[in-house]
Amino acid sequence: MSPDLPLVAPQTAHRQPRQGSHAGAGKAGRVRRLSGSDRIVVVLMVAVPTIIVVGLIWLPAIASVLLSFTNWNGIGGLADIKVIGLKNYTDVFTIYPPFKPAVEHNLLWLVVMFVVATPLGIFFAVLIDKDLKGSRFYQTALYLPVVLSLALIGFIWQLMYSRDQGLINAVLGTQVDFYGDPKWNIWAALFATCWRQVGYVMLLYLAGLKGVDASLKEAAQMDGASEVQTFFRIVFPVMRPINIIVLVITVIESLRAFDLVWVINQGRNGLELLATLVTQNIVGEASRIGFGSALATLMLLISLVFISIYLTVVMREDER
Amino acid sequence: MTRPSTQDEYLAGLVPDSVRATSFSRRGLLRGSLLAAGIPALLAACGDGGAAGGGGGGGGAQVTLGSNFSDPVPVKTMDAMVAAAQKAQSISIKLNKVDHTTFQNNINNYLQGSPDDVFSWFSGYRMQFFASQGLAGDISDVWSTIGADYTDAFKKASTGEDGKQYLVPTTYGPWAVFYRKSLFAERGYQAPTTLDEMTALATQMQTDGLVPIAFADKEGWPAMGTFDQLNMRINGYQFHVDLMAGKEAWTDPKVKQVFDTWRGLLPFHQADSLGRTWQEAATGVVNKTSGMMLIGSFIGQQFPDADQDDIDFFNFPEVDPAVGADAVEAPLDGFMMSKRPRNEDGAKKLLTFFGSPENGTVQTTIDPSAIAANTKSDQSKYTALQLKCAEFVSSAKSISQFMDRDTRPDFASTVMIPSLQSFLQNPADVDGLLTSIESQKKSIFAS
Repeated sequence: MSPDLPLVAPQTAHRQPRQGSHAGAGKAGRVRRLSGSDRIVVVLMVAVPTIIVVGLIWLPAIASVLLSFTNWNGIGGLADIKVIGLKNYTDVFTIYPPFKPAVEHNLLWLVVMFVVATPLGIFFAVLIDKDLKGSRFYQTALYLPVVLSLALIGFIWQLMYSRDQGLINAVLGTQVDFYGDPKWNIWAALFATCWRQVGYVMLLYLAGLKGVDASLKEAAQMDGASEVQTFFRIVFPVMRPINIIVLVITVIESLRAFDLVWVINQGRNGLELLATLVTQNIVGEASRIGFGSALATLMLLISLVFISIYLTVVMREDER
Repeated sequence: MTRPSTQDEYLAGLVPDSVRATSFSRRGLLRGSLLAAGIPALLAACGDGGAAGGGGGGGGAQVTLGSNFSDPVPVKTMDAMVAAAQKAQSISIKLNKVDHTTFQNNINNYLQGSPDDVFSWFSGYRMQFFASQGLAGDISDVWSTIGADYTDAFKKASTGEDGKQYLVPTTYGPWAVFYRKSLFAERGYQAPTTLDEMTALATQMQTDGLVPIAFADKEGWPAMGTFDQLNMRINGYQFHVDLMAGKEAWTDPKVKQVFDTWRGLLPFHQADSLGRTWQEAATGVVNKTSGMMLIGSFIGQQFPDADQDDIDFFNFPEVDPAVGADAVEAPLDGFMMSKRPRNEDGAKKLLTFFGSPENGTVQTTIDPSAIAANTKSDQSKYTALQLKCAEFVSSAKSISQFMDRDTRPDFASTVMIPSLQSFLQNPADVDGLLTSIESQKKSIFAS
């Protein structure tokens, strides 16, 4: 799934109230204008995506929730599935040691992305927007990592981090085991993720900054506002739709965190994340479908918290 | 042979030419591609009826062979085996090479989808599990042809819980402590036979500026080898079998003693093992910066050709004289037949060849780290190391298969890998660790 998806939502959410003022006159006219073929097109345009979303997202999600109350090794028909109630959940919370670090790491991931990567990306965007000398170069350099997949980023940073052959240890003359030592590896992974996320946020924000009316900034300067004041009092509030997009992308990228740690050590030994635990239990020979589904359901619940916050914000925007 | 680029292309390729024109089954094709998309849970409801649909009649002479041989040496070996089998049995083989780890990770979907007629797999519980789930074909009649060439231990390791045979073992590689002869000669080291001697040797190596025991556990499984060896030396082979089968408690003081002994040896192990792959650790032995390494004979693949004669090993030393050191770990690799092969005759012909002495010769000539499981296989081209390995295993009183083959796969991968890694990280808290393993074991083995 593309992280760009929610881009659409806040924008339409904004336009709707404006269109709303014409709704009274427009509605009656629109109904009359729909011809038979138009109607078919509209029905298809609604039905096809609905079927896809329900079939590929809702049904598997519901199946996962149902499977989380069972014990099944993924082999054979539905008759082999044993319902065991909440046992998978009690096991997750009581006797599954990797669960607690996984939740902590997911939250840490979110916090670091929110506190470090996103503000840094915004900061770079503002700097580049100033049309400094060589800003094209900085822009390209900072954006370059975004083109790479996280799996590839894992490999690239391996060359920097490697204990015996890595650049960092060679330059500093140390022997830190960045990917192996659980004291370090989560930070090493976070650094590599931020390296990519900063460029992503920067580009999004830069696009937004280009759209801010220059006269607003001029007016602020006329009134004697400093650069910092201009940004926080004028530009930042005007950029509200982009801010929401950036916020949503930060949250989504944190919850999606998987590929990088999987490449490093398959999410073990200090790099546990909920997504890797789900994969370890379901994919492969282990095939603890029920137990893995229970983990996946917990992950869904955590995601729902953030999704509801996001929807509440967007809907409140709508009502305004 | 080119690999098909999509699942549909691959499945279409499985339909024999004779069938393709008439009874092309769209259902089988669709089911296969959806399985690959990763939603087996939903589709299992469709039942097993569709599985046979893809193949139809299966009158074609071609046999499909799924192979997890993916490193350069094994790939070369597999190509030679296929060529030899086609010639010997006059069958046509379609080889489907898959990356080793990918093959293992997808094995459940693979066997439930449209598996190849014959596929590479491992012995022990790992084989029995799929046999008892009805995903493997009974090849007892192949065994009636090839059985005389195999030892009873190997036949037992190829037999399912129902007493029928499901695996044709081809090669094995024993686990032992490997080292370079030249390094031991230069420094005047002697191969130890007891744990005390090994500790003394390791201490000496440390004084000489070497890493005594090269060690890595990034993948999670190499440490299982150390645990198995110590467990079998301290508690014996039968305890190993019972512990792996879930019959003994992990909280037993006997298990604690294994970890305590291991803790005593940890200072001699290469530090920071959790970030290192076994290949990187083996490089230390090749470069003579590490003294020795407990690993399978496949370590030979890491040595350049010129140094092959310099590899030697000793049995993991005795810890308790009452238990001795006659239990050896030697995982068997081999081939199985899928439940409903499209070309059963051809599949059995191929398996008969894989079980023949000729196949053993082909494999062991190209890959000098493997030993033929067939006792009649020609050993005249064996290297000194291969001869020593073969002698080592045949003189062993009992042969184990390795932790991840002797116990349930879900227990080995989701409980033991993280647990052993957490021991290496924090060797002090053995009691807490064992309690945690035992409670997870109870939950998994109860299901």
